[in-house]
Amino acid sequence: MSELSAAELLEKVKPLLNRRVGPYKSFNPVSRTQVWQWCTAMGDNNPLYQQDDKVIAPPTMMQMWTMRDAQGNYPEGSSTDNPYEILSIMEEHGYAGVMAVSYDQTFHRYLEEGDQVHHYSTIVNITDEKSTAVGKGFFVTEIAHFLDQNEECFAEATITYFQYQAPKRPAAPKSSSGPMKINRVAPIENYDNEHYWEGLRQGKLLIQRCTSCGTLRHPPQPMCECCQSTEWDTIESTGKGTVYTFTVMHYPEIPPFDYPNAIVLVDLEEGVRLVSQLENCKPEDIEIGMAVEMEIKEVQEGMSLPIFKPAQ
Amino acid sequence: MSEIKNVYASQISVGDELPVFVLDLTPRVIVSCAIASQDFQDVHHDKAAAEEKGTPDIFMNILSTNGFVGRYLTDWAGPGSRIKNIKFNLGAPNFPGDTMTMTGTVQEINDDNGEHLATVEFKGKNGMGNHVSGSAILQLAKEGE
Repeated sequence: MSELSAAELLEKVKPLLNRRVGPYKSFNPVSRTQVWQWCTAMGDNNPLYQQDDKVIAPPTMMQMWTMRDAQGNYPEGSSTDNPYEILSIMEEHGYAGVMAVSYDQTFHRYLEEGDQVHHYSTIVNITDEKSTAVGKGFFVTEIAHFLDQNEECFAEATITYFQYQAPKRPAAPKSSSGPMKINRVAPIENYDNEHYWEGLRQGKLLIQRCTSCGTLRHPPQPMCECCQSTEWDTIESTGKGTVYTFTVMHYPEIPPFDYPNAIVLVDLEEGVRLVSQLENCKPEDIEIGMAVEMEIKEVQEGMSLPIFKPAQ
Repeated sequence: MSEIKNVYASQISVGDELPVFVLDLTPRVIVSCAIASQDFQDVHHDKAAAEEKGTPDIFMNILSTNGFVGRYLTDWAGPGSRIKNIKFNLGAPNFPGDTMTMTGTVQEINDDNGEHLATVEFKGKNGMGNHVSGSAILQLAKEGE
């Protein structure tokens, strides 16, 4: 790895910005076979594309026409310039990882059978070094113009890549047991609260009750805040209540939750409050004071939670 | 496979949800789509090569994601619609064995010089989070044309 600093590396590649390179040509004209192969692979049955007397390419095939062949070659007549020279230089200097992070595509016209495609590429922007969850690196923005045989632009795209220095970490586990899945963080169950989580697993929402003075309390705690007794039992809640207050999470979208994610503080009819999620309700329809009811759901193996929904 | 029908501006309102589409991410889907999109990078068809590069398995290429987004939009809007613009952010990779659930909502309906335009927000979520999320502008079919 070279000793260039991030700033020096930026200085090195910046002269390469805004250089339009190309053309990168297509091996074959737009054909029924390639449109069919795309549509059958994607399960796209839009009758527009494969008509008896006409073939129209799905617009999202845009980039596919000028992809290199299985040997990694562009067709004859294509530019020999590396369209991603900036990325290659960064790779040589230790920023070996690359991922596309965003696409913005505008489609001007459909391609039809017989059209012949080529494209030009320009790297238009590179950011300062940024730190992200995958490592440190640079966001690099490319603008690509896709042209037909008449030099008319049928589509254009702005694509942003992240070229990064991956932190050293052990290789991914091999032959993993199924796909990776992100789960909710499991609660820490202990002597003072295990009755609550176990109750949920058995389909009951249990509220602690002081057996000395009868006061209900939630969340679970070892001592009654009214009479300091440590003697308690539980009652089963009906799960009915009203929304005391709420907030709706929009961003960032943290898996495994669905978004927008409505979090409610519910006044249970027994008289204690509980934080949970509200489902089956659009965020704009949530109101303070609205009646809600609970359903205990096994959200993942071994974890059941009381999830609320508007009262029927 | 049910017939794909046109959606007209008069039939939709802001806030309408598109039908949910669930894609089983089989190795067949990932490999056949990579090849159909002319993408021969080894991480899209060769598990050993993908592991060598630090991912647990092969994963879907972006052109395929783009194709599925396009399919999702026109499965709803119909053959008379036309995709004008698609923009999206990419997130958690699509690995075999997972599923991607696509959802969408109508955000805006506009009349642009007689053309009916619908802006749709969409996302495709897998077991690790959002694989793709973004928005698209569709020119809708017009009734009687």
